[in-house]
Formats: sequence, C-alpha cells, structure tokens
Amino acid sequence: MHRFANPGRFQRLATRVLPWLKGLTALSFLAGLYLALLASPPDYQQGETVRIMYVHVPAAWMALFAYLLLGLASASSLIWRHPLADIAAQALSPIGAAFTLVALATGSLWGKPMWGTYWVWDARLTSFLLLFFLYLGHMALLDAFDDRNRGRRSAAVLALVGLVNLPIIKFSVDWWNTLHQPASITRMDGPSIDPSMLWPLLTMAVAFHLFLLTALLERMRTLLMEARLRAQRQARFEAMQAEQG
Amino acid sequence: MALLRRDLALALRHGIDLLAVVLFFLAAGALFPFAIGPEPALLARIAAGIVVAMAALAALLSLDRLFAADFEDGGLDLIFLSPLPLELAAMAKVLVHWLTTGLPLLLAAPILGLLLHLPGELYGILLLALIGITLALSLLGGLGAGLTLGARRGGILLAFIVLPLFVPVLILGMGAVLAVARGDSPVAALQLLLALDLGLLAACPWALAGALRQVLQ
Repeated sequence: MHRFANPGRFQRLATRVLPWLKGLTALSFLAGLYLALLASPPDYQQGETVRIMYVHVPAAWMALFAYLLLGLASASSLIWRHPLADIAAQALSPIGAAFTLVALATGSLWGKPMWGTYWVWDARLTSFLLLFFLYLGHMALLDAFDDRNRGRRSAAVLALVGLVNLPIIKFSVDWWNTLHQPASITRMDGPSIDPSMLWPLLTMAVAFHLFLLTALLERMRTLLMEARLRAQRQARFEAMQAEQG
Repeated sequence: MALLRRDLALALRHGIDLLAVVLFFLAAGALFPFAIGPEPALLARIAAGIVVAMAALAALLSLDRLFAADFEDGGLDLIFLSPLPLELAAMAKVLVHWLTTGLPLLLAAPILGLLLHLPGELYGILLLALIGITLALSLLGGLGAGLTLGARRGGILLAFIVLPLFVPVLILGMGAVLAVARGDSPVAALQLLLALDLGLLAACPWALAGALRQVLQ
C-alpha cells in the first residue's frame, strides 16, 4: 500500500487507468440498464415500479461502502499520516453523500406508490437520513478551518467516530420503529429474490462499484492538482514579495 | 482535581451564564403552548419529548465555549504540557460541563414539566432518563467541541455534528419514558441507556484527547 503513497506515482497511475475505468463503467451501466429496464420482468405485485429497485438498492450499498472506505482512509491518515489517505477521505464524502441522497430520493419515490407516502419514520429510512447528516457534517468540518490540515484531521476523527456509531444508530432505530422489508439478498439460505431480477441487480451493482471507483480516482486527481496549483501560486507570491522586500 | 476545581470556580463566578442555560431551556419550552395551542391533553402527550429535546438544545448551545476560552488564552497548551494525561483533563472538562449545565437542567426539568402538564407518573422516569441523556450529551458534545475548536461558525457546526450521534441516546432515553407512559416496565430501555452511557464514557476520553492533540500540534 505504501508503494502507492507517493502522490506523483498515484497521479501517473490514475491517469493511465482512468480512461479504461470510464469505458468499463459506461459499458456495465449500458448492460445493467438494459437488463434492468427492458429485459427483466415487471413484479407481479409492484408492476413496473419495481425497476426503481435497480437504482435504489445499489445506491444504498454504495452509500454504506463509501462510508466504510471513508473510515479506512481516515484511520490510515491518522495512523500513518498518509497524504493520499487525506485526499481520498476528502474525495469520498461528497460521493458518499450523493449516493445516500440518491438512495433516499429513489426510496421516497418508490415509497409513494407502494406505501402511500413519500416518507415514514421507519428504521432504515431514519438511519440513512442520519448517514446523510454524518456525510454532510464531515464535509462541513473539512471546510470549516482556515488551516486545511486541521480540518482534515478533525474530519478524520469525526469519520472514525461515525463509523463506530453507525451500528449503534442502526440498532437503536431498528428497535425504535420498522416498516422497511427485511434483507432479501444477503440471507443464510440464499437470496429470496428471483434470479430474473437478481442478475440485473447484480449487474447494476457492478456498474455502481465501477462508478464509485472512477469518481473517487477522478476526484482525487483533481484535488491533487488543486493542491499543486495552490502551492505554485503560494511560491510565486512569496517570490514576488521577496523581490519587492 | 485542581483543574476540576478551577473550572468549577470559573463557571460559578459567572453564575449568570449558568442561569442563561436554564432560562433558555424554560423559555424555549414555553414556546410550545403558543405554537401548538394550550390544550392540556395535547400538551400532556408531548410534554416529556419537549423537555428532553429542549434540554438537548440548551446543552448544545453551551458547548461551544467549553474549550474556547482556554484555547484562546493558551491555557489549553499548559494543560497539554502538564504531566496530567490529556484524557483525564478532557474528562474533567466534560464533567464540569455536566455539573454546570446537565445538573441545572435536571433541576429545572420538573418546572417545565409542570408548565406543560406532564402527567404525574412520568416525573420520576423522566428525571432518571434525563440523567443518562445529559451525561451522554456532555460526553458527545465535548467531543464535538474538541473537533470544532477554532472553526468558523463553530457553534452551529458543533450542533450539526453532534445531533446525528445523539439520536441513539434520545431513542433509548425516551424509550424508557414511553414504556412507563404505556404502563410497561422501563428497565430494558434504562439498561440499554446505561450501557450506551458506559460505552461513551469508555470511548469518548480517547477520541476527545485525540481531537485536542490535533488542535495543539
């Protein structure tokens, strides 16, 4: 892992890998969307609205996965002072927040025809809303200090606290109120969902993973370039001052 | 200990600050009858919830000065350099916060309960739950205060960061109150609340000291 810690090496690698990743993402999205929107059957109960699932479920998975990555990046930034881990954490939280928002919005649109309401204070909805707030808090804290490093370190501590707290939040809201259906994919006795719907779903999940990776690398690359630009501007400014002084 | 005594003395010398927290708590709670109407039956149903939510807001409002004064005058650097472990010093700060806001709020809670027609059988359990809730608020809030120390707009950011973390505490605390209101036993919810408090007590000193070390580096 430390071999890739060098920002310059990362930059070169990312530049080489990204076009391939982008192509692969586009292809898997095309395949996934075709399977999900055209080739898969409508649900016997829910009709065509079941197709919302192919966006909703992968987005929710990615929202959680991104928070896990955010926690890992924050831990390695606090433990090893990894410069790239800081960048990764900074790149991850808006992506994670976006996935959480997509999961919430599609869930809300799905909830209207199915449950008759856009929003209920159900356990999963509530824990996702709180996850969204955790992401926003992380972004706000990153940006709240004049000293950037200070913001990064505080945000890293917050991300770790949030990672520990997420299961507690999950447990407590489950105990509080639940209406959402139980998990139907990750069960001990195999998935209870029909294969004709499972395959499009898994294809979409692959597409979402690839998209997450692409967005992450692209954002990290941009943030690194931004940092370099800022350093150059600073150096030029200091050189100018030295000339005048 | 000396730190504890000094901070307490400082807080008590500015007694009006203590009073301000309690006054805010009462005034904010007293807004509700105006906002939703003065019907006793309606108020009695939601009184416990209002008391707890207002206590949370009042405690959060007083948090942003927890480390700020010591940060600005360099006192925090001295604490950092002293042989006292930073974890203990941080806990002393949190304890002072609880003694100067949690405890007064606890004392004022029955008054707000009275104003809002809180049913008689709920006073005991509400106060019991409030002890656990305010303790957790001081611990989580202290962590938030450490994380946002020196930030622009620290106060609002602090509240925004702490509130999602605070939800489990609120659910369990109010779970106990609602159980009594239904006529059930509140023991399970209270035990869970106690477990959560103990967990926070074990984890928060390290996280808070970690946050403060980042500030002082």
